[in-house]
Amino acid sequence: MKLWDIAHSRTGDKGNISNLSLIVYDMENYEMVKEKITAESVKKHFKDIVKGEVVRYELPQLGALNFVMYDALGGGVTRSLSLDKHGKSLSSFLLEMEI
Amino acid sequence: MKKIRIGSGAGYAGDRLEPALELIEKGNIEYICFECLAERTIAIAQQEKLKNPSKGYNNLLEYRMEKVLPLAWKNNVKVITNMGAANPVAGAEIIAKIASNLGIKGIKIAAVIGDDVKDNIEKYKDVLVWETGNSLGELDGEIVSANAYLGVEGIIEALEMGADVIITGRVADPAIFMAPLIYEFGWSLNDYEMLGKGTLVGHLLECGGQATGGYYAEPGKKDVEGLGKLGFPIAEVLEDGNFIITKVEGSGGIVNRHTLTEQLIYEIHDPSNYITPDVIADFSKVEFHQEGKDIVSVSGAGGKEKTGSYKVSIGYKDCYIGEGEISYGGPGAYERGLLAQEIVKERLEIRGVKFDEIKFDLLGVNSLYWNEDKDYIKPEEVRVRVSARTKDKAAAAVIGEEVETLYTNGPAGGGGATKKVAEIISVASILIPKEDVKIQVKILEVN
Repeated sequence: MKLWDIAHSRTGDKGNISNLSLIVYDMENYEMVKEKITAESVKKHFKDIVKGEVVRYELPQLGALNFVMYDALGGGVTRSLSLDKHGKSLSSFLLEMEI
Repeated sequence: MKKIRIGSGAGYAGDRLEPALELIEKGNIEYICFECLAERTIAIAQQEKLKNPSKGYNNLLEYRMEKVLPLAWKNNVKVITNMGAANPVAGAEIIAKIASNLGIKGIKIAAVIGDDVKDNIEKYKDVLVWETGNSLGELDGEIVSANAYLGVEGIIEALEMGADVIITGRVADPAIFMAPLIYEFGWSLNDYEMLGKGTLVGHLLECGGQATGGYYAEPGKKDVEGLGKLGFPIAEVLEDGNFIITKVEGSGGIVNRHTLTEQLIYEIHDPSNYITPDVIADFSKVEFHQEGKDIVSVSGAGGKEKTGSYKVSIGYKDCYIGEGEISYGGPGAYERGLLAQEIVKERLEIRGVKFDEIKFDLLGVNSLYWNEDKDYIKPEEVRVRVSARTKDKAAAAVIGEEVETLYTNGPAGGGGATKKVAEIISVASILIPKEDVKIQVKILEVN
C-alpha cells in the first residue's frame, strides 16, 4: 500500500528548505511508519528533487513525523524555476511512497 | 480565570474577507489579527513606495478596512495587522481617513515602525548571508529593502496607549497574535514558558483557514464540508496559557487533531527549537484533545530564552526569469510535447543564448515531481513549459519567443502559447544585534 492509505501530509517552505509533516490517521500505525519511513528512505524517494540532506523529527504523541529537506526548492521560493515554487505539492509526492 | 478570544482574519496577503467579518460579528472575540506578509511581500511593497511615497502598504488594506472598521468598532473588537508592509505610517493614515469617512469618532490607530533597517544596511556588509554563505557585501544585486522581524514590544506599547487598530510592517507572524495576550494577562517578557504557549497560539492562527480544514481536504479520505464558506480559527486563551481552537458555529470546515497537527508542523523545522524574536518556542510536547465538535484543547508548549538577534530579510534585484508555454492534445500529444522541447533546445543553441539555469516541463506529466525511475503515464493532453533564469532581461525574453515560434515552425497542433519575463526580487537573510533596532509607535486619533 501507499503512505496515502494510512497517513496525511502538508508542506511548509522557508527559503530553499522544504518541510513535510507525515501524520498517521490511526495511532496504531505510528510505530510502523516511524520504522519504515526514515530520513534515508525519504531522501531516496526525493533524490531528483532534494539536493541536500533530510532530517527527521518525531512527535509521537501526535502520531506525526517532520521531514526537513535542505536544498529542496530549486534555489528557493523566489528564484526557483519550478511551476510550484513553494513545493506545496511535495506532500502528495511523499504519500506516494510504498509501505 | 480570565480568558481572551482572538480571531484570525487572514492567512495571507490576498485572503478572503468574509470569514473575518463573520468572526467579528459572531465569534464573540476581543481581537482580530490579520497576518498578510510573506517573505518577499515587503520588497515588492518597498518598490511601490519608491514610486509613490504614500503607497507601500497591502493593496487590500482599504477594501478590508472599509468593511472591518465599522463592525469591529460596534462589537468592541481590536484589530492588529502587518498590512503596513513597507509603509505602516501611510497605512495608518489611510485607516484614519476611512474611519473619519465612516464617522467613527474617537478611534485610535497606531503604526508600529522601526523594522525598516535599509538606511543602515552598509554597516552589515561583512555579515554572513544564510542563503549564499557569503558576506552581504558580496551580494550580487541592488538591495531594495531590509526589514527586521520585530517581536511583540511595539504592539504591546500601542495597546498600552489605547490603540484600537494597530498596523505594523515586518513582525514575526506569531507576535501579532501573542502581543494582546501578554498585554491582557500581564505575562512577563522573560516568562519564556508562557511566551512559548503564546507563540503556539499565534502559530496555529497565523495561516487562517489552514487550521480549520482549509488546505486539508482529500475527497474520500479527509472530507471537509463547506469549503466555500470556510470559517477561520478562534483561539480562546486562558491566563495560564492553555487554550482551545474553535470556529464560528455553522461555518464551513473542521477543527480536529489532524487539521491542527498539519498546521502545528507547517513551516517548522526542529519542533523543540522554534526561534522567534520573543522566545525559542518548544512545540515538541504539544497535545491536542477533542473537547466537542470543532473544539480542540491545546496544551504542552514551552519555551527557552530568546536570542540577542533579529532576523533581517533583505530584498534584492536578483535576476530575470523567462517563461514560455504551449499545449498539445490528442493521440501522440506526449511525443509532440517532447519534440517541441527538443526544438526549443536546438533553437537556443543556434541563437547562442546562455542561462544560469533552464528547466523543461511537461505539465500533466512531470512538472511537479521528477523522478527518473518513475514510468510516467502518457496523457492525451500536455503543456510544454520552458523556463530559465538569467541576469540579462533580453536573454530571458528569448525563452518565450522560441516557444511561441513553435506555432508555425514546430510540431503539429500546438496551441495556447504564452510568454512572460519577470524581474525576480530575491530574499537574503542576516542576523543583526537587537540593540541596533529602535521600535517606535505613532498614534492617530480620529475626532
